[in-house]
Amino acid sequence: MKLPQKKSLLLVWGMLAAAALLPVLSSNDYYLGLGINLSQYVLMATAWAVFSGPTRYVSLASVAFYGIGAYAVAVVGDALPLPVVFLIAVAAGSLLALLVGLATLRLSGTYFVIFTFGLAELVRQLFTWYEVNITKTVGRYIFLEVTPRQIYWELLALLALLFALSWWIQRSRLGLALRVIGEDEMVARHIGIDVTRSKLVLFVVSSAFITLTGAIMAPRWTYIDPAISFNAVISFQVVIMALLGGAGSLFGPVAGAIPLSLLFEFLSARFPNHFSILLGAAFMVIVYFVPNGVAAALSAWWRRRGKAAA
Amino acid sequence: MSNRRQFIIRSAVLGGAAAVMGAPALLHAQAASIKIGYTVSKTGPNAGGATSQITPVYKMWVREVNDAGGIQVGGRRMPLEVIEYDDRSSSEEAVRAYERLATQDKVDFVLAPWSTGINLAIAPTLNKYNYPHLAVAAITDMAPQLVKRWGNIFFVQGGGSMYGEALMDILDVQRKAGLIGSNIAMVSIADGFGVDLSGGARKAAAKHGFKFVYDKSYPVGTQDMSPLINEAKALNPDVFVAFSYPPDTVALTEQARVSSFNPKVFFVGIGTAFPMFLKRFGANVEGIMGVGGTNADDPRFKEFYKKHVELGGAEPDRFTNINIYSSLQILQQAIERAGTLDRAAVIAEIKKGTFDTANGAMKFTDQQWRDLWFTGQWQNGQYYGVAPAGKPGARKVLLPKPAWKPV
Amino acid sequence: MQLIVELLLFGLTLGGLYAMVAMGLTLQYGVARIMHLAYGEWLIAAAFGAYAAFTYWQVNPLITLALSLPVGFAVNWLVYQVLLSPLVRRTQAGPALEVDSLLATFGLLFVVQGVMVVLFGGSYHSYNFAAEAVNIGGALIARNRLIMFGLTVLAGLSIYLFLSRTRAGAAVRAVATAPGNAPLVGIDVRKVSAITFAVGGALVAAGGVLASMFLTFSASMGVIFTMKALIVIIMGGVGNMLGAVVAGLLLGMAETLVARLVDPGLTLAVNYLLFLSVLLWRPAGLFGRPVR
Repeated sequence: MKLPQKKSLLLVWGMLAAAALLPVLSSNDYYLGLGINLSQYVLMATAWAVFSGPTRYVSLASVAFYGIGAYAVAVVGDALPLPVVFLIAVAAGSLLALLVGLATLRLSGTYFVIFTFGLAELVRQLFTWYEVNITKTVGRYIFLEVTPRQIYWELLALLALLFALSWWIQRSRLGLALRVIGEDEMVARHIGIDVTRSKLVLFVVSSAFITLTGAIMAPRWTYIDPAISFNAVISFQVVIMALLGGAGSLFGPVAGAIPLSLLFEFLSARFPNHFSILLGAAFMVIVYFVPNGVAAALSAWWRRRGKAAA
Repeated sequence: MSNRRQFIIRSAVLGGAAAVMGAPALLHAQAASIKIGYTVSKTGPNAGGATSQITPVYKMWVREVNDAGGIQVGGRRMPLEVIEYDDRSSSEEAVRAYERLATQDKVDFVLAPWSTGINLAIAPTLNKYNYPHLAVAAITDMAPQLVKRWGNIFFVQGGGSMYGEALMDILDVQRKAGLIGSNIAMVSIADGFGVDLSGGARKAAAKHGFKFVYDKSYPVGTQDMSPLINEAKALNPDVFVAFSYPPDTVALTEQARVSSFNPKVFFVGIGTAFPMFLKRFGANVEGIMGVGGTNADDPRFKEFYKKHVELGGAEPDRFTNINIYSSLQILQQAIERAGTLDRAAVIAEIKKGTFDTANGAMKFTDQQWRDLWFTGQWQNGQYYGVAPAGKPGARKVLLPKPAWKPV
Repeated sequence: MQLIVELLLFGLTLGGLYAMVAMGLTLQYGVARIMHLAYGEWLIAAAFGAYAAFTYWQVNPLITLALSLPVGFAVNWLVYQVLLSPLVRRTQAGPALEVDSLLATFGLLFVVQGVMVVLFGGSYHSYNFAAEAVNIGGALIARNRLIMFGLTVLAGLSIYLFLSRTRAGAAVRAVATAPGNAPLVGIDVRKVSAITFAVGGALVAAGGVLASMFLTFSASMGVIFTMKALIVIIMGGVGNMLGAVVAGLLLGMAETLVARLVDPGLTLAVNYLLFLSVLLWRPAGLFGRPVR
């Protein structure tokens, strides 16, 4: 089990480095835009799986954090240097995650799904209400001199950080605790693992990364409003990509996010009029013929090999 | 990179072509069509507006141009070749789609997408590639600042607060004539559009000494308008104003009819000028006022209307569709005047020229067209512009609105 | 006094709409265990059906309503048999079914929506039917909203009675509460699930026809109804018909009260707040029993 982990780790680091070089080699904006899109979803799907993989909680709140990140940039982006803005975004996202986590992590699976969806919508409604009644302007303008290339590199750097962190978590006491929780929560409680605290830590970490993704992306759109920043479709895409790839392993979401983003791109470029129909059909084909996700199939094979080796 | 090179070659060829008019055989060897690209929100929350305003007008214009053999560019006619994408109502998708149009499809010109948010999201991209950007379906009070930032963008439908101000101005006239009192009930949708328009109305109302007995916003997606209408009715205002989106415009009007709420002025937002609105309310539209308008008696509008039905496959609304069409006529005429596909030259033409459009003569001042209809009213089954009152073809406002008829 | 009548009347009719929209999903999700994300698309499809029948062939929407029940049943039965039963077999109705059905119906959502966009375009549609005002205790309300409310109560009650008073209903409840044990007493779980899923489909089709009488709709609006329905059924307790009706009415009342007495800008925020508080107070919903 360790060997392929290490191998795939190397592979991923190599891919990241290669990806970082791309904009130097080609100045084509379209490929850069595609790269931004890919890394954004890889990042969010991986961050999502950091929490949802081990705990098996399906969270639909991703966009609440994503939107908060975007708003942090819109609100204080003009006044403060970008790193400080990012810190503020992370602080805001983590705080919300902490509150939500404390309140909800005792809910059972399905209810958690809908709760997080409701939460994202609630945040959106509250933002809208605040903007309409307090600031009296709903749209906000972001005029930061951030180039797409810079956004792309920021995303990749964050992704590298996320991989390093999740790799470290897996090897730490927390990771061990999480594996026990994932196997059987009752057992975990009995051997003295603080289940709620472990889940909470993961939820905050995961949410902080998603918040940062939103903050990094925001300068790309010039104009944001709550409908754009808190678009529930984003949450669904993240979940679907992570599940398709397999949320259980570190690189599973990568295996889901990349092919799906490319599929979205291909279909919308080639079949704009029948995009929905083809996308839906492709989706169903994947569900029927790649059960349990792309990476899950691979990692099952790895696990079998690992067990045989041991 | 290769885009720019090809572009330079092409403009050089065309520039040469303009000079050497006597060599048509050689010209036909070159790429003979003009590539046009755009996105339209076929799905997602913007689809309702985008597919009734963008899709039919673009379709109609392309057919019209191609039926005529194409756009006249420096001595020859170049037909249009169209690339259309779906931005799924997402800013991010739209940015990528326009990047694709610019660098992969290498289109010569782009047409604008629908909604303020998406137009602003793609503006930096279009600016980078220097495409003329005629952002019709974008209403923002920031337009005067934005044009300083982007020299290639043109605004056609003004800023939100202008609509609120124009409405208050004509209401003031009516009040001075003794037709209405000072009490206004106002509701607005809780997004950029509603906030800008209601903000403008509030300021202008204070100037004219109007009083708001009710002033609330409601969230996007509200299904039931009965609490708003009934509360407004209980306060018995002379004027009811709603800055609303199409589904809410219908729901508010329907609820006002059911509740027998008959203020002297009944004004609703986007959607009032839609053919759907007339179909839904029939004779009851009489006297209803709304955002935007048109000079429906103008033969140019009638011709546009006919073509829109024939070539676009649907009835147009009485405001945005004709403005979108006019923006396409401006683009076409600017290309013809420039005599080249060089985008910088075309932008320069748009900035300085006066254009003959379905809206009459149109000219941009600081990249903004300010001579538009802000308020309209249904009169005898047709939707007419009533404000600004000084605009040629402006109808007189008919007040009070007749009481709702039973259906 | 009139204010109270108005608040009650409008709150109840709006709540009735929410309840009607949610009833089908509580069957599909609670009994057949399918998290049906394409649910709202069927509602819109039925609305388009009623619209087309009314505007092109002058068919009374009440006739369409009667037709929508068997059509909705048949379509959803097919969906279950063709698309979902392979997943049910594969996962043996275990926890993986929830994820798989989520993914599969997410795909179905796009397909149905795409077909509607191709057929009807993306723009807004509405028509006029039974829109005349009815005076109830001084409050004026459109007849179509009353029809909706009446039929919602009727549908809710009859299904509730069916589930609680008949033998077949007991089988459905058995599948809902203990799908693992139901076969022990001779219940064909898959057949019961398929039929219940189809009944849910019939209900949502009827809901779509009813809603089309007064709502303005477009092909992209299905997801709004799916989400509303999800919130209602989770709040009421999954699989509980009474819970769906009560939660729907509660949300409708809350929205109306807040809109009239506090601020219409906060209606949806209050809705979500109410929903979240109920979940925190009773994690399995108002009428749900804690599971697992």
